[in-house]
Amino acid sequence: MKNQTPPRGQAVPTGAEAASSVPVGRLHALGAWVERQANALFLLPAVLMLVFLSVFPLFLSLYLSMIRFQFVPGGFQLTFVGLANYAKLIVGIEREHFLGLLPPLGPAVLVALGVVVAMLVVLLIRYLRRPDASAAGLVGRTLFAFVGGGLVWLMIRVLVPGGRPGTLFVTLIYVVAGVAVQYGLGLALAFLCSQDIAGRRFFRVVFLLPMMITPVGIAYTFRILMDLGKGPFAPIWRAMGLAEVSWVNYPWGARLAVMIGDVWQWTPFMFIVLLAALESQPAELLEAAMVDGANRWQTFWKISWPQIIPVTSTLILIRVIEAFKIVDLPNVLTNGGPGTATESLTLHAFIAWRTLDIGGSAAVAYMLLLLVTFVAVAYITFVHRRLAEI
Amino acid sequence: MTRYLSLIVAVTLAAVTLVVGPAPATSAAMPFDGVTVNVLTFTGPQIAEPLQRRGPEFAKLTGAKINVVTVPFSDLYQKILTDMATKTNSFQAFVFDPQWMADFITAGYLEDLTDRVTTDKALQWNDIMPFFRNFSASYGGRIYTIPVDGDFQMVYYRTDLLKQAGLKPPETWDDYLKIAAAFNKKDLNGDGTPDFGSCIAKKRNAQSYWMVWSVAAGFLQSQGTKQGSFFDLDTMKPLVNNEAFAEALRIYVETGKYGPPDELNWDVGDSRSGFVTGRCALSVDWGDIGPLAVDPKTSKVQDKVGAVILPGTKRVLDRKSGKLVACTSQTCPYAINGVSHAPFAAYGGWSGAINKAAPAKVKDATYAFLSYMSQPAQSSVDVTIGATGFNPYRRTHFTNLGPWLKSGMSEAAAKNYLGAIQASLNSPNMVLDLRIPQNQRYQQVALDTAVAKLLAKENTIEQAMKQIFDGWEALTNELGRDKQLKAYRASLSIQK
Repeated sequence: MKNQTPPRGQAVPTGAEAASSVPVGRLHALGAWVERQANALFLLPAVLMLVFLSVFPLFLSLYLSMIRFQFVPGGFQLTFVGLANYAKLIVGIEREHFLGLLPPLGPAVLVALGVVVAMLVVLLIRYLRRPDASAAGLVGRTLFAFVGGGLVWLMIRVLVPGGRPGTLFVTLIYVVAGVAVQYGLGLALAFLCSQDIAGRRFFRVVFLLPMMITPVGIAYTFRILMDLGKGPFAPIWRAMGLAEVSWVNYPWGARLAVMIGDVWQWTPFMFIVLLAALESQPAELLEAAMVDGANRWQTFWKISWPQIIPVTSTLILIRVIEAFKIVDLPNVLTNGGPGTATESLTLHAFIAWRTLDIGGSAAVAYMLLLLVTFVAVAYITFVHRRLAEI
Repeated sequence: MTRYLSLIVAVTLAAVTLVVGPAPATSAAMPFDGVTVNVLTFTGPQIAEPLQRRGPEFAKLTGAKINVVTVPFSDLYQKILTDMATKTNSFQAFVFDPQWMADFITAGYLEDLTDRVTTDKALQWNDIMPFFRNFSASYGGRIYTIPVDGDFQMVYYRTDLLKQAGLKPPETWDDYLKIAAAFNKKDLNGDGTPDFGSCIAKKRNAQSYWMVWSVAAGFLQSQGTKQGSFFDLDTMKPLVNNEAFAEALRIYVETGKYGPPDELNWDVGDSRSGFVTGRCALSVDWGDIGPLAVDPKTSKVQDKVGAVILPGTKRVLDRKSGKLVACTSQTCPYAINGVSHAPFAAYGGWSGAINKAAPAKVKDATYAFLSYMSQPAQSSVDVTIGATGFNPYRRTHFTNLGPWLKSGMSEAAAKNYLGAIQASLNSPNMVLDLRIPQNQRYQQVALDTAVAKLLAKENTIEQAMKQIFDGWEALTNELGRDKQLKAYRASLSIQK
């Protein structure tokens, strides 16, 4: 027998009620109304929480990035200065700190930039020729070409002789190089631990340990480890004649030290997620491959790898967003030095904030937000969706 | 006022009782029973150590509980100001850098202590050397802090090494470099490994911006304290884009040739440790190395340490032309043997202040504690202990050698050490640190970042000078040139 359910929210009067009682009907209507609102009501606390903890601070910090903080008799004063704090970063006295030292354009740089611009234009034209091209897609891709091209322009300018990366590019180095190495190492370790080898349970726990240590603790540990003159490896360095050498004197050496610490800390995260992905793949496929005579590499490359690509893509997205916020390691390990070589965007904002340059600090934070948003959206549009469909 | 008097008498009596011996049991309530004072200062052990050690003593005397909270030095400024600006007021006392007073007092966050100080006989206010009373404690003619430390930068040298080599302590920065070169890469402490000619705290976001100014000060200021060393007195243009500052930067960079390989990552903790463990022939520091060197637990250079006023120069800045000119009786009126010294009163000395928003009773307890810390009975001992980070600032500290000898310092070493500080303190060409609104942004951000880049070879000397000049100009324009100039000129009128 078919069970007839009344439409949601509609009260169905019984015979007696319908005949005699209007108030009962109203009661039902009220009950139905409450039921209709219940969803919204249950969601309200979470929404309010989100508004107060995320949306409100977002707009407040946008406002703060356009103010100047000054002490005046009786307290402090916030003066609206428009985009002055942003102008300081892009074209003002903070430009070298934020964008880096940009040497004059030589012919080789101009050619490289020309190639990049040409490539971006070709990509846009190819998109326009697609049958599914839309105005929104064109706007998005033009924006991507503009910002992406700008970042490539910045990379070429700061990496040519005479140039020097600012906090923006240093952060990008941490993100791209750090996440790539963490993924590679995490995948290798996960693959090893997914094999039937002796002591794999022990290694699983050991490989997870760095993730459980507080970042500041890790930074101090690496600070001691990397002290060539006094650290635990000092006798080794001395024997190698390196006691008089210090990585902190070399910008790339110091950046490498920060990245090694970051890789040590975050590889376990990659490891554990990838291990779960590898272990959840159907055993039948692997067994079938083995029966067909595939070797381990072929099994991994042709069977396991394609299966974990969707997890990989999500994992990289999460790590990239997280990696942009790196602050503890460069702060404790090198204080952003030598010079500003290891200073990330978050540390840049933090140092400004420490001297109560609240407007300047908020402007740096907003530039970071824009950068993370751009990278995340571009990644989702061009990489994640395609990989997830495999 | 009577309340303060009775309070002070109570604290003094209690202190005397403690010294004389245990008093018979008494049921009388102590003046600050149940009062808790939260004191904010920087992560120790220096500065926090004496406050934490003396807190329980003070509690026994008065009943007030002293709770010392510490944060890293680079966070201290914003921590204090955000606590008061947001009206959180979780701290009632701050032991901080008196350079920041312009910001604190303008906003009206600090308690005026003038009346309390003038009626506090136990504090012996006039025993505090005038410079510290006026620079570290006063602003606009009123008293806002109680000094617990006195700061001058000096050069420390190894007396045994210089004697063996027949060298004199450095008079000029060229002498400093020569001595550093002579001892660099030689084993200075007998452990079989090569050591360093010079150790200076050059770490970014630490103390490097004071160190570089200790070198620069002599080149920039030669006409007496009121001439100032940071800005032109008429235009507020920074004095950092000229031959004199370029020479100072060259010297500062060159000291690195004779320093430890990772000197760019050394703060004063590292340089002090390096010096007292015998790894460095020379160092630039506040008064801390002197007492630290007598600690038998850590020091390998007991009675081998000398201190001398900051080295000077025979060429100084001509402000009209921006060139270096030779010292004459006109250009260097205070020169000694043709060398113009400009001892830098870097920082000024840690000082204690009271949050104006604290309840009256807590303010009383806080004042009593700060006074107790500074009173000669306590401070005369504390300044002789290296771990306190407190350096001499009272007349008594210089004239009464007893505590110094008791601490393990020989009479000759004590006289040498105190003599170097007194020579700095008495110099008519003493250089005052910057005490204008938001000086933190001038020094800890603009100056420190440019110098750090220079040391890391990310900048040339010319680029560093331009960066500091442009950075300071932008700040002055942002904060108001007239206002900043007025504050700068007022800060130089301080009576020593």
